[in-house]
Amino acid sequence: MAANLDAAAVRHVAHLARLNISDAEVALYAEQLSRVLGYMEQLGELATDGIAPTAHPLPVVNVFRDDVPVEPWDPQRALQNAPQRQGAFFRVPKVLDQDSA
Amino acid sequence: MMPSTPTVRPIIGLEIHVQLQTRTKMFCGCPVRYDAPPNSCVCAVCLGHPGALPVINRRALEYAVLTGMALNCTIARHTKWDRKSYYYPDLPKNYQISQYDMPLAEHGSFEFDVDGTTKRVRIKRAHLEEDAGKNIHDTPGCTLVDLNRAGTPLLEIVTEPDINSAEEAYVFCVELQRLVTCLGVSEGIMQKGQMRFEPNVNLAIPADGSECRTPIAEIKNLNSFRSVRNAIAYETQRQLAAWQEDPEYVHGRRPNENRGWNDDRGVTEYQRPKEAAHDYRYFPDPDLVPVELTDAMLEATRALMPELPVARRRRLVQQFRLSPKDAETIAEHRPTAELFECVLAAGGPPETVGKQFVNVWLKLANDRGAAVTDLGVSAERMAELAQITTEGIVNKTAANQLAETMLTRPAPPRQIAEELGLIQVQDQAATARWVEQAFAENAQAVRDAMENPKKAKAAAGFLRGQVMKLSGGKADPKLVGDLIEKRLAGG
Ligand SMILES: [Zn+2]
Repeated sequence: MAANLDAAAVRHVAHLARLNISDAEVALYAEQLSRVLGYMEQLGELATDGIAPTAHPLPVVNVFRDDVPVEPWDPQRALQNAPQRQGAFFRVPKVLDQDSA
Repeated sequence: MMPSTPTVRPIIGLEIHVQLQTRTKMFCGCPVRYDAPPNSCVCAVCLGHPGALPVINRRALEYAVLTGMALNCTIARHTKWDRKSYYYPDLPKNYQISQYDMPLAEHGSFEFDVDGTTKRVRIKRAHLEEDAGKNIHDTPGCTLVDLNRAGTPLLEIVTEPDINSAEEAYVFCVELQRLVTCLGVSEGIMQKGQMRFEPNVNLAIPADGSECRTPIAEIKNLNSFRSVRNAIAYETQRQLAAWQEDPEYVHGRRPNENRGWNDDRGVTEYQRPKEAAHDYRYFPDPDLVPVELTDAMLEATRALMPELPVARRRRLVQQFRLSPKDAETIAEHRPTAELFECVLAAGGPPETVGKQFVNVWLKLANDRGAAVTDLGVSAERMAELAQITTEGIVNKTAANQLAETMLTRPAPPRQIAEELGLIQVQDQAATARWVEQAFAENAQAVRDAMENPKKAKAAAGFLRGQVMKLSGGKADPKLVGDLIEKRLAGG
């Protein structure tokens, strides 16, 4: 049942999520995440032949809104939780590489 | 170099992002505004606050379906939303809501004319997604983020790699802009980033009896037609040179890459290897329920389909015998084309209407920086001007003057012509007298016209001009020409 997530995969996912983790953490997460995946794999034991795949658990479709503007937030409200701001802008560390755009 | 090796075939596909002209964002009611102060068009949904729930903008969906239909796509009866995960400061949720494996539209095609031949480009897919915000990099040491644009509805259109030259790519983009503006689904304003282009480019090069292909380069974020053409032209030459220098520069042995266009230097610049699709970890968005398009919804949308620009131009050429160039000018904007057809419907003779519409009315509008539909001259009066011009009641020169007066005077054209003394004189005797006077006053031109083969044509033209002048612009130019010719021939 054990799904194997190796150290390289953990490092890759950590990189994609912009997480800086130590070698010890890589080993720890590889083991923990493998267990999580293994737990999920129990779903594979269900007989799903003849059942159409679904992308959503609810039997609901077509929830729409009309194209009518509502009052947006005041910029002060939008920015109030920002760790850093400059004027009405969010301020973040300089983006050096465009690695994931 | 490319021109001397015509067997090298560029293989080009395009990804185009078109901003849909909705009033609100894709998944929240924030207004879409280009010039708003930073972070003044945002809410919990487009800021990605925990617990906020997106709801689909019905209008954006309709626009996307309409565009998919215009691109001859199969419209999905069942479609859903997926999260495309990546980290960047302009993406507050750390994922973009997009459509991955069940796009709204696919398997289409788009036909247009390039240099008089029909080009057909298959459309792989078209799907809805949301735009990111804007990063501003011009402050040292930090990046500033404005999220007004975050959540703006985009239609991403992906072609198959059926385009084979920079020129074809250029025309495709121009025609696509005409299409979306004609449909009214996008304003298509380049300066505001409402259409962004990403060409995928590589080359098929015949070598040693087989064909080898260069690695694919994706040129990111071009935002003008000109840059599309220039970037592709440069990139095809660059790849050929790279292959000539390094025989290993082939697809599969060297990585595909992302490149950026440097407009100042006129070159594409290496950015990074192309990230594989699975790195985005697409998965269905649990916050959004799927969309089921019913027959009724599709029919209602199809009913909005206007005549499309390429078809309209072809019809104008066939039905009214317009030149392709005049047809293109008239069909450029939908209201212009509709006014033109109203003038014809009002009884204007097609050939004269065609010429007058372009050379007189569009020119008057252009000179005034106005749309022809805003000149204040009705289709009926334009038709009447064309009618009296065709009948020879006024000549072409007089018609120009008359048209200009019609801008400020609501009277019927014929009445204005009478008041201004522009009614063409068909009187043969009067015209002959003007001809005689012109000959008497311009002896040198007469001698040139009769005896100097080098100057004959110009001299005869000069004499025609003199006669028209003597008539105060009222003579019939055809009659004048005939009489001058007769007289020069010794008649
Ligand atoms: Zn919002």
